[in-house]
Amino acid sequence: MKYKILNFARQLGLFLLVVWTVVSLVTLLIELVPGDPAIAALKDAATPEQIQNFRILHGLDKPAFFFTFSRDEELYRGYQEFQEQPDEKLRRSNENFLSLFAEDLAVEWKTRQLKWHGADNRYVHYWKGVLTGDLGISFSTGRPVRDMIFENYPNTLELTLAAMFIAILIAIPLGVLAGTNKGSLIDNFSSFFALLGISLPGFVIGPAMVYLFSVKLRIFAVTGNTNPEDIVLPAVTLGAALSAILTRMVRSSVIEELGEDYVRTARAKGLSERKVVYKHVLKNGLIPVVTILGLQLGVLLAGSIITETIFSWPGIGLLLVKQGIGNRDYRLVQGCVLVISVTYILANLLTDLVYRWLDPRIRLS
Amino acid sequence: MNRLTYIGFVIVVLLVITAVFAPWIAPQDPLYIPDVFTKFGPPSATNWLGTDSIGRDILSRVIYGARISLEVGITVTVVSAIIGMLIGAIAGFYGGLIDKILSGYIFNVFLAFPGLLLAIAMVAFLGPGLGKLILALCIIGWVGYARVMRGQVLKIREYDFVQAARALGASNMRILFTHILPNAIQPLIVQASLGMAGAVLSEASLSFLGLGIPAPAPSWGTMILEAQQTGFETVLGLAPHALFVPGTAIALSVLAFNFIGDGLREYLDPKQRKR
Repeated sequence: MKYKILNFARQLGLFLLVVWTVVSLVTLLIELVPGDPAIAALKDAATPEQIQNFRILHGLDKPAFFFTFSRDEELYRGYQEFQEQPDEKLRRSNENFLSLFAEDLAVEWKTRQLKWHGADNRYVHYWKGVLTGDLGISFSTGRPVRDMIFENYPNTLELTLAAMFIAILIAIPLGVLAGTNKGSLIDNFSSFFALLGISLPGFVIGPAMVYLFSVKLRIFAVTGNTNPEDIVLPAVTLGAALSAILTRMVRSSVIEELGEDYVRTARAKGLSERKVVYKHVLKNGLIPVVTILGLQLGVLLAGSIITETIFSWPGIGLLLVKQGIGNRDYRLVQGCVLVISVTYILANLLTDLVYRWLDPRIRLS
Repeated sequence: MNRLTYIGFVIVVLLVITAVFAPWIAPQDPLYIPDVFTKFGPPSATNWLGTDSIGRDILSRVIYGARISLEVGITVTVVSAIIGMLIGAIAGFYGGLIDKILSGYIFNVFLAFPGLLLAIAMVAFLGPGLGKLILALCIIGWVGYARVMRGQVLKIREYDFVQAARALGASNMRILFTHILPNAIQPLIVQASLGMAGAVLSEASLSFLGLGIPAPAPSWGTMILEAQQTGFETVLGLAPHALFVPGTAIALSVLAFNFIGDGLREYLDPKQRKR
C-alpha cells in the first residue's frame, strides 16, 4: 500500500513537471518570432504610435523572462567602429577563419550583458493568466483568447469523438474477422487496408471522399456544419488512420488470446465458436485496444487541425490555422497549442489509469 | 520478406530515380507559366496530367516534387537518427541519474506534445522555409530513435561479450561503438524507414497548411493547397486531377516506406516471422 502511494506520487510529480515544461515552452514560443512580434502582427501599415500602444496592451513591452542576455547596442556599435573595414575582414577570414571566429565570439560575449528584470516579466504574467484561466487577448480580434477557444473547442471534441466512434465501428469487426481467419483473403485485405489508412494523409482521403460522396453521388454537402450529417465525411477522414491502427491491434490481440488456455477450456465445455470469440477472447483482447484509443486521442486532436482545415469545420484546429497563423495572431496560436497539448497530456494520464484498473496484472506489479 | 516489402522497394527506387533525374524526365519547367493557358486544363498531348490553377504542368511539378520530399525526408531521418541514437546511447549506457533525467523527463516532455502540433507551432512562430521545416521535424523526430536506442543498449550491455570486452579493459567509447552499436542497429533501421514515411508525410502536411516550403516550389503538399484554394467544388468539378495526382504521389511514397519498415520488422523479428 505504501509502495502504491509512493508510485502514484511519483507519477503525479512527473505529470506536473511535464505540464510545467509544456506550458513554459508554449509561453516562450513567442520569443521565436524573428524581429518584433508587435510589428509582425500589425504588418507594415502601422504607425510607431500604434505599435507602442499594441505593445502595452498585450504586455509586449515587458521583458521576456526573469533575465535577459541581450546585446548592449551602444557598446556593440563602439566595437564595430573599432573593427576594421569589411574587405579587410574578408581577406583575413580567408586566411585564418578560426581566429576571426574567436574574435567575433569574444565581441559577442563582451557586448552582451546579463540583466535581471525581476518578476515583472512576460513569462510570469502568462503563467498567472494560465492559472486564473486567462489566456490573454487575441492580437487580431481583441477578444479574450479563452472565449474564442471555448466557442470552437466543443466542435473539435465532437469531431474527435465521432472519428473515434467510426474507427471502432470499422476496426473491431474487421480485426476480429482477420484474427479468426488468419492468412485468409480477408486477413490480407485487412492488412492492406490498415497500411493504406496509416499512409494516406487526411488531405488526400478528404478530397477523395468529397469527390465520391458529394460531387459524384451527391449524398453529403461539400463542407460546412449546418446539418447533422455534415460530420460524417470529416469524421471518416479523421478516423481513417485510427481505424487502420485499431484493426491491426484487434487482429494481433485476437490471435494472441486465441492461443490462451482459457480459450481451450471454453471450447472444451462446448461453447460455440461465436461465444468463445465474442464473450471471452474479445473481452481480454480489448484491453490493449483501450490503451491505444486513449493514446490516439491526442493524435486525433493534432490530426483534426488538418481535417478541420479541409472541411472548414469550425473547431480549434481551424481557429489555429486560419485565425491564428493566418493573421499572425501569436497570442491565439499560443492558446490553441496550450489547450491541445494539455488535453493530450490529460488523455494520456487517464488512459494510463484506466489501463491499470482494467488489467490487474499491471495493477499488482 | 513478403511481397509488399518488394513493392515498397521498387517504389522507393523509382522515386529516387525520379528525384535524381528530374530535369531529364520532366517534360516542362515546373515553374513555367505559359502566357495563354486554360485554368485547370485537362490532360492533353502537351500536358499529360493536365495543368494547375495558373497553367503549370502538373506532371513536371509532381516529378520535381519528389526532390523536395526526398530531400526533407532524408535530411530529417539522418539528422534525427544520429541525435536520437547518441542521446539514447548515453541514457542507456550510463544509466543512473543521467538516464532518469533523459528518459524519465526529457523524453516524456517531447512525447507530451502531439508531434505534428509541435512542428506546426514552431514553424508558425519561426516563419515558413525549408531549413526551419527540417529543424522542426528533427526536433519532433529524434525522440523515437532515442527510445529505441536506449532500450537496445540496456539489453545489449548485459550480454556476455560486452562483459568480456570490459574485462579486457576496453574503454566505454570502444564498447559503445564497436560492440553495442552494431548489435543495436536492426530495430533502428526499421525505425528509420518508418521515420522516413513520417517525415515525408509531415512535410506534405505542413506544406498543405501553408507552413512548409513557400509557394512557387513544387512541393506535393503545396500543390494540394494551391488546388484547394480555388474552392473545393471548383477543383473537384473541373479538375480533380489537380488534387489527386500530388495526393497519389504522397500516398505512394509514404506507403512504400511503411511497407519497407513493416517488412523489415517482420523479417528481423523471428517471433513474428513464424506466424
